[in-house]
Amino acid sequence: MKFMDWLDERLAVRQLIKVMLTEYYVPKNINFLWSFGVLVMLVFAILVVSGIFVLMYYKPDANLAFDSVNKTIMMDVEYGWLFRHTHAVGASIMFLVLFVHMARGIYYGSFKAPREIVWITGYILFVLMSATAFTGYLLPWGQMSYWAAQTITTLFEKIPFIGPDLVIWIRGNYIVEDATLTRFFALHVVFLPLLLIVFTAIHLYAVRIPGSNNEDGIELTKEEKKHGKGIPFWPVFMAKEFFVMSVFLIFFFYLVFYQYKFAMDPINFTPANYLQTPTHIYPEWYFLAFYEVLRGFFFSQNLGLIAFVLSMFIAAFLPWLDTSPIKSGKYRPIYKILFWIFIADFVFLTILGKLPPTGLYAWLGFAGSLVFFAFFLALPILSKIEKKKVAGGR
Amino acid sequence: MAEEKVSRRDFLLYAMGAWAAVGVGGVLYGMYKTWEPLPEVKAQATVTFDISTVQPGEIKVANWRGKPVFILRRTPDMTQCKDRSIKDEYTVVLGICTHLGCIPNWEADKKIWHCPCHGGEYDACGKNIFGPPPRPLDVPPFKIEGNNIVLGEEGPEYKQMKEKGLTA
Ligand code: HEM
Ligand code: FES
Repeated sequence: MKFMDWLDERLAVRQLIKVMLTEYYVPKNINFLWSFGVLVMLVFAILVVSGIFVLMYYKPDANLAFDSVNKTIMMDVEYGWLFRHTHAVGASIMFLVLFVHMARGIYYGSFKAPREIVWITGYILFVLMSATAFTGYLLPWGQMSYWAAQTITTLFEKIPFIGPDLVIWIRGNYIVEDATLTRFFALHVVFLPLLLIVFTAIHLYAVRIPGSNNEDGIELTKEEKKHGKGIPFWPVFMAKEFFVMSVFLIFFFYLVFYQYKFAMDPINFTPANYLQTPTHIYPEWYFLAFYEVLRGFFFSQNLGLIAFVLSMFIAAFLPWLDTSPIKSGKYRPIYKILFWIFIADFVFLTILGKLPPTGLYAWLGFAGSLVFFAFFLALPILSKIEKKKVAGGR
Repeated sequence: MAEEKVSRRDFLLYAMGAWAAVGVGGVLYGMYKTWEPLPEVKAQATVTFDISTVQPGEIKVANWRGKPVFILRRTPDMTQCKDRSIKDEYTVVLGICTHLGCIPNWEADKKIWHCPCHGGEYDACGKNIFGPPPRPLDVPPFKIEGNNIVLGEEGPEYKQMKEKGLTA
């Protein structure tokens, strides 16, 4: 303990440990959904480590990239395939845990005061993570990589006035080319992960100020949590968390070893060819719902585009759309129904996103897109009703 | 005296702020410029293509600035058009879907282009006839020189089309 004393004198570590861990209390009335924040961090760590190892053989050059991934890393480097599969599965599972983490926040009203900043920084993390996944997907320079980048960058063309020039600027060429690959590489490997780390730090700091929300959505003071209604983050909460993590890792590595194919599209094993679009292209599963909103307004391209952008960002405004005084969905019967319709609709859109956008599917996509927005638009109305109820009940 | 000191400090702060803004502006501008296409990309020359080599009913693809240009020599059983036609029988269009930039495929049996991405369709003149594409396939800048077509240069025929708003 001498070393600790020495360190404490210089860095006040004892105080830090108390504030951050042993005297930071988590409510007792939370469930396993509250372990997903730490799971997100775990997956992020896995992505960083596996990323560093594939980076050691990856070559960011339009002529070399495809072979450096599909030959060197996959066939020549000992266990190279393991790190690539881990990285690809990790990216996919990242969005699964993120979606659960976000849905938890929506259901239990964790986005409401005093946690707006937690929500907003969280949302920024979601956007950054999407950008990281998108830029990373181009790097293997396969057909899916190429055409995903080509179509998504083309979206910017529709911005009034500057659109066409902006697209050329983003690509550094008239089409997606070597210049695009190298800049996406820089963003994916350095810039975006750096921002992710910074915003994760702010996010965690922001959770620590009001403390975690709970199933009942009724705020607990630190004193209440210290005396019976809570548990210390370290070691009690984390002990449970380690259990959840180990179960999660079994699932995760089961996917890496036996089911990795879902994260590696077969079309992407053909090298990029800018003169030939594959006959059926679609984004990775985690973007399908938003993609379906884009296609859902099949009769107007501009409407589709506006709806697409809106669908990606509208949830960021939840704290101002839902102003009901009741926080947790547990005590909001109508909200509960709306919430589950919304989740079902999201799954529905995800499935539709992979089907051809013709005939009945086109109309179903349109209907699904409307339901998506209806959830958010119903919230201000529901808030009004609930406000009256609460006022009347007192 | 005290007041004067404060105002002098304010002045310094503003001056420093302005100076920093100049610096930040300069840095951002420099960053912005690094993302522009390289000279070798910008200078990508025009492409010349001998269209008499295209057989009736055949379609050839020229590569201009990395973009495919479809050169179709129409046959009488295909959709006909006067305004978007070159030498009365050629359709010359950028092979990039006006929806989201995929490359449509020519379906010889139906005599249409079909876009694999979201099911858009164009007739033999490049006009959008089905699906999300908002407008016909673009006509690239061209100039006719005998049997040759020069892509990337604006000849009189192209300028005429452009004036009528038919090119994009
Ligand atoms: C890299 C991405 C992210 C990381 C590493 C992360 C990490 C965490 C952690 C460790 C917690 C505390 C434990 C817990 O309550 O689960 C937390 C809480 C929270 N996060 Fe995130 N998160 C991320 C992204 C997001 C996103 C995308 C959102 C939503 C837009 C979000 C919203 C929230 C909210 C509202 C809380 C408070 C929950 C409560 O107290 O009930 N986070 N986050
Ligand atoms: S890109 Fe061709 S229909 Fe969408």
